[in-house]
Amino acid sequence: MEKKKDEKELLTIGSGDLYQPYSWSVGHYGSKFLHELKDHKKLLGIRCPKCNKVYVPPRKVCGKCYVAMDEFVELSDEGEIYACTIIQFGFVDPGTGIQRPVPYGYAFIKLDGADTCLSHFVDSTDPEKFKVGARVKAVFEEKRKGSIVDIKHFTLI
Amino acid sequence: MERAGIVGVGQTVYERRKEDTFAELVFEASTKALADAGVGIEAIDNIITVSNDFWDGRTISSMAIQDAAGSWDRDISTVEGDGIFGALYGMMRTLSGSFDTTLVVAHVKGSEGNMNMITNSMFDPIYQRHLGPDATSTAALQARVYMEKTGATEKDFAKVSVKNHGNGVKNPFAQIKKKITIKDVMESRKIADPLKLYDCSPISDGAAAIILSTEKGLKRFKKDPVWILGVGHCSDSYNLGYRDLAWPRALDAAAQKAYKMAGIKNPLKDLDVVELYDAYSYMELLWYEGLGLAPRGKGAELIRSGATGMKGELPVNPSGGVLSAHPVLVAGLARLIEATLQVRGEAGTRQIKGAKKALAHGINGPCGQAHGVFVIGA
Repeated sequence: MEKKKDEKELLTIGSGDLYQPYSWSVGHYGSKFLHELKDHKKLLGIRCPKCNKVYVPPRKVCGKCYVAMDEFVELSDEGEIYACTIIQFGFVDPGTGIQRPVPYGYAFIKLDGADTCLSHFVDSTDPEKFKVGARVKAVFEEKRKGSIVDIKHFTLI
Repeated sequence: MERAGIVGVGQTVYERRKEDTFAELVFEASTKALADAGVGIEAIDNIITVSNDFWDGRTISSMAIQDAAGSWDRDISTVEGDGIFGALYGMMRTLSGSFDTTLVVAHVKGSEGNMNMITNSMFDPIYQRHLGPDATSTAALQARVYMEKTGATEKDFAKVSVKNHGNGVKNPFAQIKKKITIKDVMESRKIADPLKLYDCSPISDGAAAIILSTEKGLKRFKKDPVWILGVGHCSDSYNLGYRDLAWPRALDAAAQKAYKMAGIKNPLKDLDVVELYDAYSYMELLWYEGLGLAPRGKGAELIRSGATGMKGELPVNPSGGVLSAHPVLVAGLARLIEATLQVRGEAGTRQIKGAKKALAHGINGPCGQAHGVFVIGA
């Protein structure tokens, strides 16, 4: 729209600090995964009865075969980096409102025993060591509450 | 079989902080498309809007733009996703037998929200969202995997950015009109390695609209249509951890379907111009492969050869592409509009001489989860 000469400053209206609260069901499989993580520091995957692919975190359906899965398998807490990046811009954790300090390492990790990747932080920002193919191990929080961030981060081994 | 053609197109200029409200942008793009088609709103039988609740900051965001889209006493429906999927739905409605003409309009005001938080919200809130993934950080992961698997380099990515920004200078609708060098890209600020500032598209506001017609509906319009010759769409896994990030199999499937319909045997030779969704520089190389313009793993060789430059065998993104303006949701429809202008010979100084067959491509979801491909021609 053309701005008229005598027009006053254009205004904006802010959304304020209110947010939309949700309570997402994790489901039976997700709850089992998060309980194991919290209580035993164990990572669970699930195997497709048709193609044998092991998914982590466990879920009900193999997308490719379109069959239900129910065979849980215990995975290693070690694995290999499939993809990695060093993030230079901050983000505010939507769950806690806490800003993560930058830079930080972020990666897709193929856990030993799994066929899919789990995304997580890696405590390295050294591009010489933090590379595709590098071996990593999960570091768990002392106090765990049944969340993916019960894994504090992965560390290079 | 009944055909559908594009008889009108309209776009706003894309900018970072447009003053108009998004409903005003929808009105601008829609009325430009009607004027281009030489008709008033009475020539339109039904309307498809494209919007997203998170970007607009309100639920059922389509409700807020119905009047601006011209829906008074008209059938209206909505797509939540890239505009290329709006065009696809519009084509289906046009060919359904219920309507002869369809207006498709997409809008976004990327500058009014927080891009990182909005794109973080597309990820699973249980296992992923707390870890901060967004459009840019996951693109960085994909770029890294692509480099590892194919040997493409950051310099190859920079070549895409230099080419597309160079083209954008000639596009009056582009947001960033800037000639840059490989050195500029390589030395630009690090965002998330291997991506640097000039590997990333900007945050943009804008709207775009097209009008579709069956053969029967054509008598209402002044211009010759640009026909939809082939169309394909396909989607990969939602969870990035389940995907091969270095191979866009959904694009391969979508493109092959569109080529089969359009009778395209060798896309590099049979097409005259391509407009694809380069949200980040590296994506263009990956999409070359998915579109079958380069063999698998050889996307970098195509950019190095110069074949996709303005004077090459198959120019890609003469408009400057998404790197020169990234109105999310609108960008795929803008690709289709640019392709239409090329086929009509109305693309001004960015015109590819004698272009008869063009391809337009749009994506949805992180790292190109879903792809839509249109092949159009006179």
